[in-house]
Amino acid sequence: MKTKEISEVSKKLIEGIQSVQKRFDRVELLDSLRKGALKKFSEEGIPGKKSEAYKYSSPEKLFKNPLHIFNSVENVSFDFQVNEYLIPGLDAHIVFTVNGSFIKDVSDINDLPKGVIVSTLSEAVKNNSSLVKMHFGQLAENSKDPFSTLNSALTVDGLFIYVPEKTIVEKSIHIINLISAQENSFINPHHLFIVEKNSSVNIIESQTSSPKHPDCICNNQSSIAIHENASAHYYIVQNDEHVSWINNINASQDANSHFDTCTVTINAKWIRNNLNISLNGKNCETHLNGLFALNNKQHLDSHTMVEHRMPNCESKQLYKGIVSDSSTGIFNGKIFVRQDAQKTNAYQSSKNILLSDNATINAKPELEIYADDVKCSHGSSTGKVDEEALFYLRSRGIGEDSARIIMLGAFAEDVIEKIKISALKEYITGLIEKKIGGIRGE
Amino acid sequence: MLQIKNLHAKIEEKEILRGINLSVNPGEVHAIMGPNGSGKSTLSAVLAGREDYNVTEGEVSFNNKNLLELSPEDRAREGLFLAFQYPVEIPGVSNINFLKTAIAEIRQYKGLPPMEAKDFLKLVKEKQALVELQVSLANRSVNEGFSGGEKKRNEIFQMAVLEPTLAILDETDSGLDIDALRIVANGVNKLRSKERSFVVITHYQRLLEYIVPDFVHVLYKGRIVKSGKKELALELEAKGYDWIRKELGEEVEA
Repeated sequence: MKTKEISEVSKKLIEGIQSVQKRFDRVELLDSLRKGALKKFSEEGIPGKKSEAYKYSSPEKLFKNPLHIFNSVENVSFDFQVNEYLIPGLDAHIVFTVNGSFIKDVSDINDLPKGVIVSTLSEAVKNNSSLVKMHFGQLAENSKDPFSTLNSALTVDGLFIYVPEKTIVEKSIHIINLISAQENSFINPHHLFIVEKNSSVNIIESQTSSPKHPDCICNNQSSIAIHENASAHYYIVQNDEHVSWINNINASQDANSHFDTCTVTINAKWIRNNLNISLNGKNCETHLNGLFALNNKQHLDSHTMVEHRMPNCESKQLYKGIVSDSSTGIFNGKIFVRQDAQKTNAYQSSKNILLSDNATINAKPELEIYADDVKCSHGSSTGKVDEEALFYLRSRGIGEDSARIIMLGAFAEDVIEKIKISALKEYITGLIEKKIGGIRGE
Repeated sequence: MLQIKNLHAKIEEKEILRGINLSVNPGEVHAIMGPNGSGKSTLSAVLAGREDYNVTEGEVSFNNKNLLELSPEDRAREGLFLAFQYPVEIPGVSNINFLKTAIAEIRQYKGLPPMEAKDFLKLVKEKQALVELQVSLANRSVNEGFSGGEKKRNEIFQMAVLEPTLAILDETDSGLDIDALRIVANGVNKLRSKERSFVVITHYQRLLEYIVPDFVHVLYKGRIVKSGKKELALELEAKGYDWIRKELGEEVEA
């Protein structure tokens, strides 16, 4: 068999994984996942310059310097102010993780509805192994992304959230995903969320890091199963300039289910977000929304893949971005409609505002359709703040900076108004206002 | 109040205003009429501070300040108001927040304390009645989905709220049916006062039946070629712009 030539950087990483894997606890379920994934990763390595999917992001550079492969069982000394990371006014179950480890002492999950489980993945592997087994490999294997594979090769722990049948989790579950390491680390949390039939849950994840620490990479993987007639909302708030983040969200939806994601990026160093949604049943609905406001040299690469496998499903995507200074925003959205997925209704829109000549937007919509009775559309636009509108505001006595902030706020509003949790909406509005207030046009 | 002396302006390389002289005193209403392409809208754009135009010669003073040196927002804060010929739709910006911000910034510029919320709402309600603008302003974006008439009424409504000392109405009558025209004109007439002046730019005499001017000027090829009292508008309506062209035939190069 001919294998792809892989880079030196990849080889070193693979050697590192091999030696780390030896130190992991022997757990059959995870062992087989890791082994299979390492084999797969060894054949492809870190995406290089020729990779179409990573052509705007060159992730190899993140791995050039030696990295400590973080083993989630390492002890984390906890000296954080939990309050700093909470969302004001949000009544939520609080799940605090540091480097992917669930810190129970400072979390607050005491009043979860009956049967709902929030635990570590390693506990779930012990206590709910059949559930984990049923969902795990399948979801992770669905993704073809090399970082998803890499995460699987290094899966030790993460979160496990389980919502049993006919259960409405009223309060949101707020996951605070904090990275804080003492050396350059490569951290691979792997989460598994299962929403059983006729249930619903809202999950909010804040991705952040504590200041004063070296460069780290957090390579997250969230596997989400949304069963028949269930509903899940997943909001991600990225507000961090220190850590490089890679997120693979692999979701599968059964018939009549509903999945809503909204990814809001307030600050970034280098971020790659992959959303991989598989519509496996009829009448599914899925919404992917994104909003970002970047400055300096911030880099955000968002990829979405919605795979329509069954008839009568609807997917809608709206991504809006503001880039200034030398920042880069990328949106690559793919809608894949299989032959059986008749009556698919799929829509995708990417709108961007460039505030500087040195800022970059790469927008790449893709449609691949094998069914003949579908409605699919995509649109993309990139431009400047509407000068006519700006002048109109100024002609009424509103200063140029305020006018620009008003216009950018209005631009962001389309995405923000889709957030259904009012405290979260207010929080994000505040963060966005603050961010765009600090961004200058040219 | 407003003194325009020998104003020349270009857009790109084309000279559009070619030496305008105009003096407006407090309380006066001046109508500027002219055929298409005579420079009417350019004049209003230059006065409001649109950056696409390049003033090459001349001066404009407004309340003894050099208007041309002021940013568009400072002109508005000094009391200049332009009612747009084509009011801009701004999706996502609510009418109310827009006006609230405008008032706040104007008051701050003038060193006045912020307006109380209840006073602001009262003001809005009162002025909405003035122009019979019944749309809910709180829930709707600026001009978005407004009919042509609503947009023009919204301009006059904003003028009523911001209380400028000089209002320029740029073809406010265009695209209005007779009822809407009457409402808009009534709104303007109620705002006429000894301190407040108007420059009404229009193509047709019709608007001037409702907003009766003190002076009428004819703008042609970037210059004011004829000035008179309100009767000039009627004469112009009767004889058409060709009358002006003929009169100027010998003076103006073809």
